[in-house]
Amino acid sequence: MNTWAADFYNPVGVRLRDGSITGYAGILIGAFAAFLAIPPIEARSQLWPILVGVVAALFGVWTVTRGRHRLGWGAVAAGVLGIGLGILATHSAPGNLATVFDATLIGETLASATPLLFGAIAGMFSERSGVVNIGLEGMMLMGAFWGVYGADKGGSWAVGLVVAAGVGGLLALVYAFFAIHLRANQIVGGTAVNFLALGITGYFFVQLYNNNPIPAGVSLLPNVHVSGLGRFFERSVGDLSVLTWAALVLIPVAYVVLFKTPIGLRIRACGEHPRAADTVGINVYLVRYGCVVLSGALVALGGLYLSDGPEGGGQFSFNMTNGRGFIALAAMIFGNWRPGGAAAAALLFGFSAAVAQRLQVYSLQAETLFHVLPYVLTLIAVGGVIGRTVAPAADGKPYVRQ
Amino acid sequence: MSDVPVSHRQPGPVTRFALRLARLEGASAVLVPLATVILAFLMGGVVVFATQHGGIGTRVHNTLIAYNQILDGAGINWFGHFFRHPCLGFIPCHIASTNIHFPGGDIAAYNLSQTLLQTTTLVLTGLAVAFAFRCGMFNIGGQGQYLVGLIVANWIGVDLAGMSTLPHILIAISAATLAGAAWAGIAGVLKATVGAHEVISTIMLNWIAFWGASWLVGGGPLQDPTNPFDPTSSAVANSARLPAFWGTPNFQALDISVFIAIGALVTFWVLLNRTTVGYEVRAVGFNPDAAAYGGINVKKNLIRAMAISGAFAGLAGAVDMLGYLYHIGEPDIPFIQVGFLGIAVALLGRNTAVGVLFSALLFGGLLFGTTHGLAAVPHPVIELQLAPNLTWLIEGFVVLFVSAEIVILWVWNVRKKARLPGPARPASTMEVAA
Repeated sequence: MNTWAADFYNPVGVRLRDGSITGYAGILIGAFAAFLAIPPIEARSQLWPILVGVVAALFGVWTVTRGRHRLGWGAVAAGVLGIGLGILATHSAPGNLATVFDATLIGETLASATPLLFGAIAGMFSERSGVVNIGLEGMMLMGAFWGVYGADKGGSWAVGLVVAAGVGGLLALVYAFFAIHLRANQIVGGTAVNFLALGITGYFFVQLYNNNPIPAGVSLLPNVHVSGLGRFFERSVGDLSVLTWAALVLIPVAYVVLFKTPIGLRIRACGEHPRAADTVGINVYLVRYGCVVLSGALVALGGLYLSDGPEGGGQFSFNMTNGRGFIALAAMIFGNWRPGGAAAAALLFGFSAAVAQRLQVYSLQAETLFHVLPYVLTLIAVGGVIGRTVAPAADGKPYVRQ
Repeated sequence: MSDVPVSHRQPGPVTRFALRLARLEGASAVLVPLATVILAFLMGGVVVFATQHGGIGTRVHNTLIAYNQILDGAGINWFGHFFRHPCLGFIPCHIASTNIHFPGGDIAAYNLSQTLLQTTTLVLTGLAVAFAFRCGMFNIGGQGQYLVGLIVANWIGVDLAGMSTLPHILIAISAATLAGAAWAGIAGVLKATVGAHEVISTIMLNWIAFWGASWLVGGGPLQDPTNPFDPTSSAVANSARLPAFWGTPNFQALDISVFIAIGALVTFWVLLNRTTVGYEVRAVGFNPDAAAYGGINVKKNLIRAMAISGAFAGLAGAVDMLGYLYHIGEPDIPFIQVGFLGIAVALLGRNTAVGVLFSALLFGGLLFGTTHGLAAVPHPVIELQLAPNLTWLIEGFVVLFVSAEIVILWVWNVRKKARLPGPARPASTMEVAA
């Protein structure tokens, strides 16, 4: 059983002694340190975030001494981060803080996280089956352009949805042919996919629209209106895109499919030990083809959200994804190739993007800080400071039938 | 096995060509990349063909003209009139003057000088990727290391204004090179100490460099203080600018960086093939376990190879900044693509010095010929906004074909079908890196 689940099944006494309770408490207290200085509490003294942050870090250190390194260092990091953010917040005017941190930030976090969620879950399917997918960025870009093109010419966002998934799946199929059948180097092949997608979308965007922007009036992805839950919920999640909800539903679905169904077992077997999987009669090639194509289709939906969603407004621009495919990849790695972890990382990265967006007006330094946060965190995660990330054993290794 | 033919069917011309390729073991180092390029240009041509109007004949004609115009834009036809004009492009002569900033208004000479400028950068970023590949690593972070070099060169070039020229240039170039090495070294250290995959860490470092550079020149300490509303860095002081020798100075004339690139090519070759460092790097690249068994410190070599690789990319940033850019604006940063093009350059050049030189020339010509070069060509077949995407397309096809060694696979299959005696499937460049 993995340690995360064990933490919740073990009796309280065991959890106290092995450090898991203090570890999780440390992380929560660290987060609290940052929130002390922002509305609704809005402490104006720097002392409070520092004090609370130090408590979080101490909890973390104690957890580390009990042998839970990943959790412990996580709590220490949360404490330090909490102190930093808390001090940063006490420095700015209360009015600004109220503008940056309010209920709509939750909605914006979910909105920014939508393409990342699709990308992270998509990458996970591909990599769990043993095929590295660096080409997520390119497939997302293809979905962004061809999806909005489909919505424009087909006259309906539903057409765009189908076209985006189809084109993303098609590019993924080409990639899968190279990676699986021709046994290409998957990282080089994925890089090629990114270049090709840039070229194809850039070329056809200019060619099909005669170097003009896409005309207004494209059928946009609809928003889901939720009402009757009170003001806070209406402002935060009352008006989100249908794809945002789809992305949130996708997380548990991906978990169930990967870890609770025979198909998921087969997928994971192909990613961990393809020879063993082949021996018990699983068609490794078929599973890998299926997973890569599914991955392309899913990540393309994330791309469609960018161009045809509430922010894109039916417009496309050259290299529109601008690294979001790579952030999704990072979220998947940060989340240790697991749906829950990947989703949590995608939400965290979405939050940092949403905050960066709002900070633009007040502080360039802080904006940059929040932009690089996903990349720095992932670098730290692969660096093993907060414990080791472990890829599927056969990830990136072509399989040859014997 | 006897010499009795397996099949009585006469092989077609394509198969015969492939058979001939298969027999030329040594020549494959040249022919395989050449065939890859031709295949990639064909695929790019298919896209142009498909989007042209008219009958098949017209479309083929237009596609060929489009490629010909890109060659024109790249200044390749300068070699044609090199022999026709006694002035050789160096001395102003009385060719009809245009608005092109070149002695005598010679467009072809101007285009060629710009292609060589791009080639210089691509040689260096290509060497960066190639060096890491030779040690069995994929440095996808040339983009970030190039950016770091660019920024550091700008910083030193602006901040130490008033120094005498030679030390200023030397300090700026060395600092930028070291910065590139250090940036890549982070990925090397992570790989050697905790086994973090260099592809993931260099991608992350790329984006950290991207946002860091955007902040530094757009509102940060490197922004031009005299013009606070323009998110652009200050211009490098005159003392740090590399001397130019072909073209009009201050209008992107060809500077001495082209010799620095040639020096880097020689260094790359000597370092890899004639020194202990290079021997160890290649040994680790071929087989880390065998290298470790032979007494080579694998971890040290991973870090060292990554740092040297980053040094090449940092140097590329330095010569670009001091050679002709002089300053960098925040909006320009997302359009930098030389770091990524370096991947295609290295892969097509099979990670050798000579190969990198030729593929850098090809992509340098493509890069300039599809952008500013094409702008000076009268009546271009493909629109100016369309053309740069052809570079991405061709680059993508090249990398895709190299990733699976398509051409090698094809030759190998033909050989197998003809039951030719010969070695087993040749080890590809990729398998070394995997």
